[in-house]
Amino acid sequence: MSSKGIHIEGLRKRYGSGDTAVDALKKVDMLVAPGEVVGLIGPSGSGKSSLLKCLGAVIEPTAGRMTIGDEVIYSNAWKVRDLRALRRDKIGFIFQAPYLIPFLDVTDNVALLPMLAGKPNADSRKQAVKLLQSLDVDHRAKAMPSQLSGGEQQRVAIARGLVNRPPVILADEPTAPLDSERALAVIRILNDMARKFETAIIVVTHDEKIIPTFKRIYHIRDGVTYEEAGEGRGFE
Amino acid sequence: MISLAGRDIMHAWGKFVFTGVGLGLLIGVTLSMAGIYRGMVDDGKALLDNSGADLWVVQKDTLGPYAEPSSIYDDGWRGIRSMPGVARTANVTYLTMQVRHGERDVRTMVTGVTAGGPGTPGWPPYLVAGRQITRSHYEAVADIASGFKLGDCLQIRRNSYTVVGLTRRMVSSGGDPIIFIPLKDAQEAQFLKDNDAIRQQRRRTASNPAFNRPQVPGLLDAVIASQSTNSYINAVLVQIEAGRDADEVAESIRRWKRLTVYTRSQMEEILIGKLIATSSKQIAMFLVILSIVSAAIVAFIIYTLTLGKIREIAVLKLIGTKNRTIVGLIMQQAIALGAIGFVVGKITATLLMAPIFPKYVLLEPLDSVRGFVAVLMICVLSSIIAIHAALKVDPAEAIGG
Repeated sequence: MSSKGIHIEGLRKRYGSGDTAVDALKKVDMLVAPGEVVGLIGPSGSGKSSLLKCLGAVIEPTAGRMTIGDEVIYSNAWKVRDLRALRRDKIGFIFQAPYLIPFLDVTDNVALLPMLAGKPNADSRKQAVKLLQSLDVDHRAKAMPSQLSGGEQQRVAIARGLVNRPPVILADEPTAPLDSERALAVIRILNDMARKFETAIIVVTHDEKIIPTFKRIYHIRDGVTYEEAGEGRGFE
Repeated sequence: MISLAGRDIMHAWGKFVFTGVGLGLLIGVTLSMAGIYRGMVDDGKALLDNSGADLWVVQKDTLGPYAEPSSIYDDGWRGIRSMPGVARTANVTYLTMQVRHGERDVRTMVTGVTAGGPGTPGWPPYLVAGRQITRSHYEAVADIASGFKLGDCLQIRRNSYTVVGLTRRMVSSGGDPIIFIPLKDAQEAQFLKDNDAIRQQRRRTASNPAFNRPQVPGLLDAVIASQSTNSYINAVLVQIEAGRDADEVAESIRRWKRLTVYTRSQMEEILIGKLIATSSKQIAMFLVILSIVSAAIVAFIIYTLTLGKIREIAVLKLIGTKNRTIVGLIMQQAIALGAIGFVVGKITATLLMAPIFPKYVLLEPLDSVRGFVAVLMICVLSSIIAIHAALKVDPAEAIGG
């Protein structure tokens, strides 16, 4: 196993108790190496959202073990005291809709995370512009989110997810609102960034267009994950 | 760290400023209410200052001459003048009435002053135009707020008066402009009956065998003459000698003249504590109501603005924004809204409301400072509901599912 990336073993999540208890996650095992992009696929109600929230340290699992890099963050209880800082520094989020902050321009939307981490504004903006350049959206650095196309907004959202160089990125249906060409472009960018920044990326998706691009796919059904080798076309 | 509140305000500044202007108008009304109260107090103090008196001698056991009717004989001043410590005395009458001015009438306080000159108690201490009253009858000095001009002719009861002088800030405790006329005319205006009533009284007196006695010629005429003359005034204004204690002089007059005497501080207490007490309470109630309404409006606006940003707040929380940053975002917006509202309110109260308001509106700088602090406190307190809603937002909402 790699010393980085994310490793999940026997993760469980139960909502409620007694007769009304629901086991949303029964046994989740995943291993995503740094630089790797894996797909997470499952029907509605299979536990995808619960898994994403557990991985994002938004809700607490019931049992299991979760490791990011060399740090155990959950082992039957949270092992990290400041979950907010964990989300800020170790986990990047990319959503189905970009959810950019409408009152910040593109640069500040991306630079906000390093600023929240205490980095000086000028350095944060410099870092953000550099990332925007690598995503080929730096020409819109001063634009407001409402002035961007859907594809540009999603690229800015990717930049925001990557800006703190988190070891893990959780992408929740990042290509859902995009056409085939743009969807594949986004997946290409995620693959490039995963390799460039040694980031483990988990992409939750239903999108038939992008499923063939994953080398490895995790299926989730009734709260249990199954690993499957993908077609592995990738973007190498 | 950038100011999220500032960026949000700048992003939708039109909406924010428009909301601030709306709030500002409400704050303007609140400041004006406070100004009206201050104006009432100032009117009362101006009335006392302008009277030039140290003591007010009035009918026994009354709160006259401003808060209650008071009648004392007009020759009482001689005895008071001879009391130790008294420098000057002057009779005075006050009558609040509508004074005809052309086709309209003006609510005024007609003040009868004794012959004398500037410095005589009761006289207007200064004029802004014209001259003081020099004739014994039918001349008037009017406060400029009454709308009269030099040379205007005004009608009080049956007599016409020519305005020979104009003065400023000579008002009653109710804010009505004062019109000064000679004492004799004022006594007539206040106590004399109309012609029909006089004729009726004469008939009644003549039909009374006790007064109409043929064996005592001249008795009926003497009785009628005594009924037709008026020898009452409302108060004697007293100036005391320099260095004398007003309370001591007042006590001496009370003891020997069996009249009620008020010092300046007692008269101020009557005017402010009693005469305008009900108005003050009404204004205080309005201030409380307006403050509550302002707080409710600010709370509603901030809450609505916050609800419009729930998704952004969820994203901010998910990406690791501290609660205090989100609290700061909401509270800073509330304070900015309050600051915009206060500036608009202050401008509205000073430039729009005070000049056109029929009563004197006195906006004191200290009241503005207190108002500003109160507005900021209300805004901070009002933002608590919105902050509570924002802190309850689950970061998981950004993920959905």
